[in-house]
Amino acid sequence: MPLILNEEQEMLQDAANGFLAEKAPVAAFRKVRDNKPADGFCRELWAEMAEMGWAGIIVDESHGGSGFGYVGAGVLAEQMGRNLTASPFFSTSVLGATAIQHYGTQKQKDENLAAISRGERLFALAVDEGPRHNPSRITFSAKPAGNGFVLSGSKTFVADGHVADKLIIAARTSGVEGDANGITLFLVDADVPQIEREPTPMVDSRNAANINVDGLEVTGEAILGELDGGYAALEGILSAGRAVLSAEMSGSAQQVFGVTTDYLKEREQFGQKIGSFQGLQHRAAHLATEIEMMKSAVLKSLKDLDEDFDHAGITCSLAKAKTGQVAQLATKEAIQMHGGIGVTDEYDVGLYFKRVHVAQQMFGDAGFHSDRWAKNSGF
Amino acid sequence: MSDLEEFRTEVRAWLQENCPEEMRDGDITAESQCWGGRQWEFQSEAQKIWFERALAKGYTVPSWPKEYGGAGLSTEEAKILDEERQAINARKPLNNFGISMLGPALLAYGTHQQKAQHLTGIARGEIRWCQGYSEPGAGSDLASLKTKCEDMGDHWLINGQKIWTSNADISDWIFCLVRTDFDAPKHHGITFILVDMASEGISVKPIVLISGHSPFCETFLDNVQVPKFYGEDNPSVVGEVNRGWDVAKNLLVHERGMLGTMSPLRGTTGPENLGKYAVEHVGLDAAGRLDDPALRQRIAQAELDNWAYNLTVERMTDEANAGNGLGAKSSMLKYAASELTKRGTELRMDIEGTTAATIGPNGIEYGSLANNWLYNRAYSILGGTTEVQFNIISKRVLGLPSQ
Repeated sequence: MPLILNEEQEMLQDAANGFLAEKAPVAAFRKVRDNKPADGFCRELWAEMAEMGWAGIIVDESHGGSGFGYVGAGVLAEQMGRNLTASPFFSTSVLGATAIQHYGTQKQKDENLAAISRGERLFALAVDEGPRHNPSRITFSAKPAGNGFVLSGSKTFVADGHVADKLIIAARTSGVEGDANGITLFLVDADVPQIEREPTPMVDSRNAANINVDGLEVTGEAILGELDGGYAALEGILSAGRAVLSAEMSGSAQQVFGVTTDYLKEREQFGQKIGSFQGLQHRAAHLATEIEMMKSAVLKSLKDLDEDFDHAGITCSLAKAKTGQVAQLATKEAIQMHGGIGVTDEYDVGLYFKRVHVAQQMFGDAGFHSDRWAKNSGF
Repeated sequence: MSDLEEFRTEVRAWLQENCPEEMRDGDITAESQCWGGRQWEFQSEAQKIWFERALAKGYTVPSWPKEYGGAGLSTEEAKILDEERQAINARKPLNNFGISMLGPALLAYGTHQQKAQHLTGIARGEIRWCQGYSEPGAGSDLASLKTKCEDMGDHWLINGQKIWTSNADISDWIFCLVRTDFDAPKHHGITFILVDMASEGISVKPIVLISGHSPFCETFLDNVQVPKFYGEDNPSVVGEVNRGWDVAKNLLVHERGMLGTMSPLRGTTGPENLGKYAVEHVGLDAAGRLDDPALRQRIAQAELDNWAYNLTVERMTDEANAGNGLGAKSSMLKYAASELTKRGTELRMDIEGTTAATIGPNGIEYGSLANNWLYNRAYSILGGTTEVQFNIISKRVLGLPSQ
């Protein structure tokens, strides 16, 4: 398969570009940030996205989705990255939909996929328990009791955890902290007295939440995937998340680089355009090359998910590593090349810098993923 | 079945039948290639058979017109032939600068008779070409070249010196940039001319590099008389007099495309499989990680960057086939490929430690890691330095202003 978008995917890209530029430009994100709505995003916008089929972008058509797969999800995420669009798309339509579609029982699919596609039900994935991503370091406990389990423990940095209707929680059912075996995923209602959710606003002005669960009783039907074997499912969900986050960061990096080169062409100092200075030109040329490398990495990971989902994990890690590095370079250079205006709140490049930092932290930064690559390659 | 699918079936069968087993080793090193030329001696019977069979079919230069020795394949057909050839790991039957650099320029700028003589000579492996571009005073600033070419009425008279002429000592003809107008702005007084290396007044001196061996030479042109025409409608000058820079630029794009996607990275000294190589030489610690954390991180990064580079070659090739030409983006690939190749050999030298730094009584052995490591320093200099590629990317891809 050629490493380019097909005609249908290009049309989706054009549509997303047009819609987001009109309905959800950076100015809209600023409004959300400044007005601090409890949701952290605009419900009306989300409803419109769902109407266009974005909420069910990866969901099969038989369950009311658009069946565009991960390349389609990446195409949308890239445009959202360009516009800094805040929405439940990532948590619900990528993480939630992947979890249910790939690992859910028929009943779980029937109950949830159509609701996801209609944009009616929001999901959040609760994995990490510490400040640095580590999906096997899980102490959140699920103890057998009666004909089900009792869940207790804490999770942090749960994106959209404060608004989700459903939580997917990675819990330990056997083994000890650090073991990949013995982890089980549970699908539970979020709005119950045993779950306390504390929003934790992040530096990128998106919302996440700390989640504390105290003695929540669930039946075996709440299990998503296999008992004690949830790590494989978790890996699959995280891989999809990593690839789509990479696509989002790629969009942010490309946008901010375009803004920067425009500025280099117009800003004058010492009587000439600053873009004529070789000191800046060569850094821009290096960055432009890195951006091309990043685009290839992102597209490859999305295509691998569509073509062979169960074996795409390492490619998604490589993409997340490369994209994290390039997007950070692009946003740092954007600030530096803009000079003083680059560090003002009024100017947009700082918003991208902050968003890319948080996206890089989510589900493993470049160091985490190059370590994973090395381990997987036997060194 | 579509025409292209049918063509693929045909090509596959032809390759199976005609490519000797010995030529299916995927060897892409310079030493193993069939270069052609007056001095050429085949290295094996298999190499000769493979060349002759490909020649008879027009497959030494598949996409060139049939009348000039090619097979007249369309872009899609040529791609299929290449894919099928690589699928069985077959070497190219003929591989040289005439094919990759001069040929495309002649196809774009040559007269019919120029093509008939020179393209046919290249296609048939009869003439080996070298490139006379750089001069001692004109490296990155190529357009400042000073080799003088005077109009003597019935012939041209050339005086000057070229440098970094790859394989000049074993080449038959040279395509040369010379100055025909010293008064015009520097880009407007340059002419692109074809010269027989056997001409009186040409002498060649190999250059010894830090690696100990190299294909590079100095080429001296001392009162060299070049006929204005090699035959009817067959001038020695390609394109117009004083407009050689256009031809040169066209050719440089091909050179960059070739360098940017070329083989060194996939050879044994590039960044492929560095991790495995390091485990053999450095070993693992108790936790199963390479027993040198800093080296481990550098290797992981090089492999990551190399992975993304290979994908970018793939993506840009796919984009080009879909009608979005590479253009000046070839400079990005040239930059990335040369820097990655250097990193690969640097890391291998570090992995092997003093073993690789030991050279033995006869100096730096040809083909050794140290030889490659030293020679690779040239990758980011030849074909336009990394900094020149940055200038091109800035102006032609990003549209940044000139000073």
